[in-house]
Amino acid sequence: MAERERRISPPYGGVFVPRTRVLDRDDVARAIWRMAHEIVERNHGLDGVIVVGLQTGGCWIADRVADALESIEQVRPEVGVLDVAFYRDDIGLRPVLPETVTDIPDDIDGRQVVLVDDVLFTGRTIRAALGALHDYGRPRSVQLAVMVDRGHRELPIRPDYVGKNLPTRRDEMVDVHVDGVDLGEMVR
Amino acid sequence: MKHLLDTASLDRDDIDELMELTDAFVEVSQRPIPKVPTLRGRTVALLFYEDSTRTRLSFETAAKRLSADTMTFGVSGSSVTKGESLRDTALTIEAMGVDAVVVRHRSSGAPHRVASWIDASVINGGDGWHDHPTQGLLDCYTLRARLGSLTGRRIAIVGDVKHSRVARADVWAFAALGAEVVLVAPPTLLPPSVEGWPVTVAHHLDDVLGSVDVVALLRMQRERTTEALIPSLREYTARYGLTVARARRLGENAVIMHPGPMNRGVEIAPEVADDPRAVIVDQVRNGVALRMAVLFRLLGAEARSAPAVVDLPAEPAEAVRA
Repeated sequence: MAERERRISPPYGGVFVPRTRVLDRDDVARAIWRMAHEIVERNHGLDGVIVVGLQTGGCWIADRVADALESIEQVRPEVGVLDVAFYRDDIGLRPVLPETVTDIPDDIDGRQVVLVDDVLFTGRTIRAALGALHDYGRPRSVQLAVMVDRGHRELPIRPDYVGKNLPTRRDEMVDVHVDGVDLGEMVR
Repeated sequence: MKHLLDTASLDRDDIDELMELTDAFVEVSQRPIPKVPTLRGRTVALLFYEDSTRTRLSFETAAKRLSADTMTFGVSGSSVTKGESLRDTALTIEAMGVDAVVVRHRSSGAPHRVASWIDASVINGGDGWHDHPTQGLLDCYTLRARLGSLTGRRIAIVGDVKHSRVARADVWAFAALGAEVVLVAPPTLLPPSVEGWPVTVAHHLDDVLGSVDVVALLRMQRERTTEALIPSLREYTARYGLTVARARRLGENAVIMHPGPMNRGVEIAPEVADDPRAVIVDQVRNGVALRMAVLFRLLGAEARSAPAVVDLPAEPAEAVRA
């Protein structure tokens, strides 16, 4: 999600220049398919499962995960959208404005919430997301699915479902989109 | 954006951004726990030199829902009664370490003066006859929620425009969003000149009723009769009050606004105030979310369009910790 702030604010972050294609379009689809199976396996079905995408990069992945879950189990889990702009610990230090209105379906008390994001980096976005979720209720468990785990964690947070483990340097940047995953740099 | 002092200096992009932010805070306000930790550790001082219920409570609620601390300063019971000047009071409050000061004052321009004396962000909470930006913005938000876009909409502002800071706030905010504003009032209740204002003027409410999408009523203050600006409240109601008969002539999708407090039976008939086309309660409800957006915008977030304040470090997380 560190990626996100840079992406939504072109003057700050410069231009992303991709260097290596890490996953192609089919790889992304397969990773989503596999993570969906793991979610079903871990939760013994989809009873009480809610899929919540983190704004903005996690939303389309959450939708795709829900599509996959639906074709596996013939039931579509509820899908929500969470924007953590108001929960970040670096407010005022970075240009963070909410992108959309948070939309958490139903009551999350006692449910299993699967948070979905594009890239797991420092873990600060997820910390913020856990805080935000807490304000909506008390889920029975919160699980984390990410397309790319790029390392450099600063908090004791780990993902439950990973599309791709990708060792990176701090100054590199990972861009996840429907057509694949690119590794590159921001150039100003 | 450092201060919010007047509506006239906001452009369409500023207003649109605040409206989008308000959407997010409306959602926050509907949660079981309507509170976010966004401005934890920040302090907002409410410096109110004039009586106010809804604006003060609304700002206080907004600040608390963002987890900011608030200090309320009312004139009675303070050093002002001992003769302390506005400047000294402002400097004293700043010395206590506040991040934002909301100023309500009976003199036009007081918030601008305060902004020139202190480093904290200053929000105009209503100054004299001049401006009341958060009211203008929440009126925009309320209309936007009802009508979608304001572009090309015709809005009548009816009543005591001369003494109304709400009217001035609305005029500039509505005009910035592309609405066409018509002021409706007897000549005694219009400012000496509206030169340079993006408005047209009409003296008869009945002439404009058929052509407007919105009727924004202003409060009629009783003391205006003693000042001989109007012959009597009854005559005012007869010519400028939104009576049941007049409300019937408005379109089905028209919107009726009033900033409160209302004088039912004077500028607005009691039945009309409860009409489904009236958004008077929405205005109050949206006021909290809008003021959260303003506080967040001034204290919490840098603008997307602002010059690069973030010199993107090679190790962003470390920089953030420092």
